[in-house]
Amino acid sequence: MARVLVLFAHPRTDRSVANTALIAAARTMPGVELVDLYGEYPDFDIDIDREQQRLVDIDCLVMQHPVYWYSSPALLKEWQDLVLEHGFAYGADGPALQGKSLLQVATCGTDRDAYRKKGKYENDLRTLFSPFEQTAKFCGMRYLAPFGIFSAEDAEKDGRLDKIVTDYSRLLGAIRDGSLDLEKAASAPLLNDVLDDAIDEEAAAG
Amino acid sequence: MGFFQDAFIYLLAAVVAVTVSHRLGLGSVLGYLFAGIAIGPVLGYVGGSETETVKHFAEFGVVIMLFLIGLELEPHMIWRMRWQLLGLGGLQVALTTIALTAAVMAVGFAWQAALVIGMTLALSSTAIVLQTLNEKGWMRSRGGQSAFSVLLFQDIAVIPMLAVLPLLAVGAPVPLDGGEGGHHGSILEGYPGWFQTLVILATIAAIILAGRFLVRPAFRLIAAAQMRELFTAAALLIVVSTALLMDLVGVSAALGAFLAGVVLSTSEYRHALESDIDPFKGLLLGLFFISVGAGIDFGLLFSEFFLIIGIAVGVILVKMLILLALAGIFRMPWQDTWMFGLGLAQAGEFAFVLFGFASASGALAGSLVEILILSVAVTMLLTPALFILFERYVAPRTVSSAARPADEIPEPGTVVIAGVGRVGQIIARLMMAENYKIVVLDHDPNLVERMRETGVHSYYGDATRPDLLEAAGLGEAEVFVAALDDQAQQTALVRHVAEHFPKCRIVARAFDRHHLYELEKAGAHAIEREAFEGALALGKRTLRELGLHPYQAEQKVRAFRRHDIQTVSILREYWTGGMGKKYVTAVRERLDELMQVMRSDRLAGKNMPDKDFSPSRKEDPER
Repeated sequence: MARVLVLFAHPRTDRSVANTALIAAARTMPGVELVDLYGEYPDFDIDIDREQQRLVDIDCLVMQHPVYWYSSPALLKEWQDLVLEHGFAYGADGPALQGKSLLQVATCGTDRDAYRKKGKYENDLRTLFSPFEQTAKFCGMRYLAPFGIFSAEDAEKDGRLDKIVTDYSRLLGAIRDGSLDLEKAASAPLLNDVLDDAIDEEAAAG
Repeated sequence: MGFFQDAFIYLLAAVVAVTVSHRLGLGSVLGYLFAGIAIGPVLGYVGGSETETVKHFAEFGVVIMLFLIGLELEPHMIWRMRWQLLGLGGLQVALTTIALTAAVMAVGFAWQAALVIGMTLALSSTAIVLQTLNEKGWMRSRGGQSAFSVLLFQDIAVIPMLAVLPLLAVGAPVPLDGGEGGHHGSILEGYPGWFQTLVILATIAAIILAGRFLVRPAFRLIAAAQMRELFTAAALLIVVSTALLMDLVGVSAALGAFLAGVVLSTSEYRHALESDIDPFKGLLLGLFFISVGAGIDFGLLFSEFFLIIGIAVGVILVKMLILLALAGIFRMPWQDTWMFGLGLAQAGEFAFVLFGFASASGALAGSLVEILILSVAVTMLLTPALFILFERYVAPRTVSSAARPADEIPEPGTVVIAGVGRVGQIIARLMMAENYKIVVLDHDPNLVERMRETGVHSYYGDATRPDLLEAAGLGEAEVFVAALDDQAQQTALVRHVAEHFPKCRIVARAFDRHHLYELEKAGAHAIEREAFEGALALGKRTLRELGLHPYQAEQKVRAFRRHDIQTVSILREYWTGGMGKKYVTAVRERLDELMQVMRSDRLAGKNMPDKDFSPSRKEDPER
């Protein structure tokens, strides 16, 4: 069984219906540890040793956050700057993350069409998130395609939220149980599109 | 040679006895008294006439104490206390005088002598009570404040008592100047009463005017000279000169000093005066108590043992009953009632003066006065024991017994804040800004009034009183913030709230790490050391002043904070209520580790793969 760590970074959870539902689901999943970064470090004073220990203990790191300026909220960036130290995450004697996976689960304000080559933002989510991807690769990690939750604010109103939560739970469960085809997940532009394909439900059931 | 020897004996006795009595938890007053007994009647080093001289000298301690009390009392505070002063103080003196006079008359004395004894014994010991209240930190409780009002009224009442004493002299009057107690030589003797009154009033007016218009500019000059000892000398000069002046016109020197203190209480030099004179007060009061101890005539005490003890115990009982009844009438909380009743039950140092004066003026027979003075000394000796009684048996039990109906608090709060000093005030403002319903409790009426003026819902009351907490809505409150200044009270309060309102979260202000452990044990949920964050902020400023970049300074402080908070949880298991050997060793280890933590520099630039200031680019496989 793979161990999964969800680093959740949202400064205003109370305003995000989608994220609230998602972390509620993640919290109850056995084998999945959820860390509320803004809750744990409201003063941005990240305990580096503790965070590094958390990374050592897991197989897959999930970063769950809203898209802020085409990237993550500041604390998650601060987390990277401090925790992914030389001598720990990279460097001659720092292969602590070697072979682990990184997955981004991002809630977006706009619809998916904005994140297309010809859309409003001229780039898809994965391209915009390339700094994360590059960071993962630099640390010897496998970068999985981001899982996007588009028009997140309307998800509940539109009746999509339940499906999103189910998909998210399935995804986390599949990673944990080893039933997610990591190669497929890594090569897709967006994980949403290949989700059903990449999860081997039979393996999961068996 | 003789002086040094005496000084040596007095000081040695004081140092040894007070240290021992402090260790035993008996307070300094009892220590001084025993020191006096040891060097006087027991070892016989000093005694007789010498003690009398010392006593006169030591009375100066009482004078200085009253000056200091005056200094802490601003005029408008006295004005606010006027009902308590007149009501509580007036009733105490009147009722006790009547009761004791009646008792003495019942034994067969003439009413004149009985009245002299009655009113003299009605007075309590300002020196012992105030010293004890201050030492134990009870001065600001309701009982302490009430005791203070009564003592203040008594100090003022001495003046008319001195005035009527000669009128009560029925025996062969001894000329005042010739008598032993004739230290009270007023220059106004022989003048008609209305003229004496006029001169006294003029003197008081002169003191007030001088305090207002002369002393301040003088102090400004003296302060400008920047010589500390000169300032101290000037401060003492004020006390001595007012005392002298009042003495000259035949009014209590202590009262004069008190008046001078009040006049100067609003001056900008108040705190400087206080800190300069305070050590003198302590030492001179100590001397006073030593002289009381040394003056005890054991020969007489043993020969008239039962009579003297009987008088002493009788006086204490009568005074205590009246005090307790008054506390009941004035609706004091249970705990304060007992503090008030037990604390003021003794006879006071003015008895030495008044009885001396009475025997000199022929109002009382000399042999009787000796026995009375011994009885007074015994009541004073018993006072610390009464305070201990209160502390051991009354104070701890208050929690379970609510004596009086709760104060009016119109609306219970979501957040109840106890203590609105430097800390509670800030919390109160934050909560108000966030629109929470708050109730603020404090036992300092001044502070409460000031907070009210600024629009904070504050209520006067002792937050350690269970019924008040109930009325403040602690039953429904979500959070209780304990922010009292007094460490011991704070811990007791937290314990009480944790026991009686288990649903309420308790946020507590700790004095230091050790207090933090105590509060934890008492049941607080969230605790912060009051000075910790402030000290870190100052440390950060220091680093910045030393030239460190603001962000680096921030990082250093964060590392320190994290390490220190860890230290708190590591040392917890070694904390046994005191600092054991293991605890000290652990503290040392943590300190060594802290040096390492602070020296490591996690932001030196090694942690970013694309850093532009990296000294070791070859680490980066991309280049």
